[in-house]
Amino acid sequence: MAFPRSDVAAPEAADAPPGTVAPVTVKIVVAGGFAVGKTTFIGSISDIEPLSTEAAMTEHSIGVDDAGGVSDRKTSTTVAMDFGRIALPGDLWLYLFGTPGQDRFHFMWDDLVKGAIGAVVLVDTDRLEACFDAVDYFESRQIPFVLAVNCFDGMAKHALEEVRDALAVRPETPVFYTDARSRAATKQALISLVTLAMQRMQA
Amino acid sequence: MEYDEEARLVRPYTLTRGRTRSGSAHLPLEALVRGVPGVTATPASPEHGRILALVSAQILSVVEVSAHLSLPLGVVRVLIGDLAGDGLVIVHTGSNPATQTPQAHLKVLESVLDGISAL
Repeated sequence: MAFPRSDVAAPEAADAPPGTVAPVTVKIVVAGGFAVGKTTFIGSISDIEPLSTEAAMTEHSIGVDDAGGVSDRKTSTTVAMDFGRIALPGDLWLYLFGTPGQDRFHFMWDDLVKGAIGAVVLVDTDRLEACFDAVDYFESRQIPFVLAVNCFDGMAKHALEEVRDALAVRPETPVFYTDARSRAATKQALISLVTLAMQRMQA
Repeated sequence: MEYDEEARLVRPYTLTRGRTRSGSAHLPLEALVRGVPGVTATPASPEHGRILALVSAQILSVVEVSAHLSLPLGVVRVLIGDLAGDGLVIVHTGSNPATQTPQAHLKVLESVLDGISAL
């Protein structure tokens, strides 16, 4: 696939006063179940060692307490989130954000996906169900995503079509093997996602 | 995670005096922050000072400031909002499709694709 080259990355650069020009930032979300290799994937290509940040959030939960009454309380929870950064030519900084695992952290995801190019969903075929949540999330919000089946030991345990069927994703959703430890494989996964996002925009 | 003594002893939202939002817009995680060259001021708190020192040395995103200083994101957002309000830092928001024309966003994506392909 060939796209015309562009030298426009920092549109404000031309006449901005000195000292005020900043890189243009873009981001891609890396999702998938707990321990599927998100941080490894980010680290395989990031310019910086993946960093971790904490978001302390107050959750409002309504449930039934032990005495059978309805409880309505706020609980404070802390979520760790890993991320990396890649500097690209044209003064572009690409951030890769790993999503906190469980669906109860969707409040964080909303923050993460705002303005994101899209998402790479890492799939562990031994625990396919671990990525249902991410697939539902991105599909329902029409956020471009690709499914990258992580081959931990370099061996594919399931055919890609089996994975596609099991996850019931749309036919146009790319599904491919990856190796989260490999810079080359990670690069291909990112290329696949950005290409998909561009196709969506041009459709 | 490593915390310095100060961060461990102070409840995060004490640092923001109970505020969870600053007067400025809700900052994107990837918004870049840098100190304003030549401007000196007494920071409102030690944490404001730590952020100011960090972003005066290098331009960093909100989320990197949070990671480097081991302060929760919500706190860092509020404190950066304060610093921006006082004119001590400049905040550059990212390439957000919501605030760009589709053509401009597509150009950014082209540059990203070219850049990743050349890695």
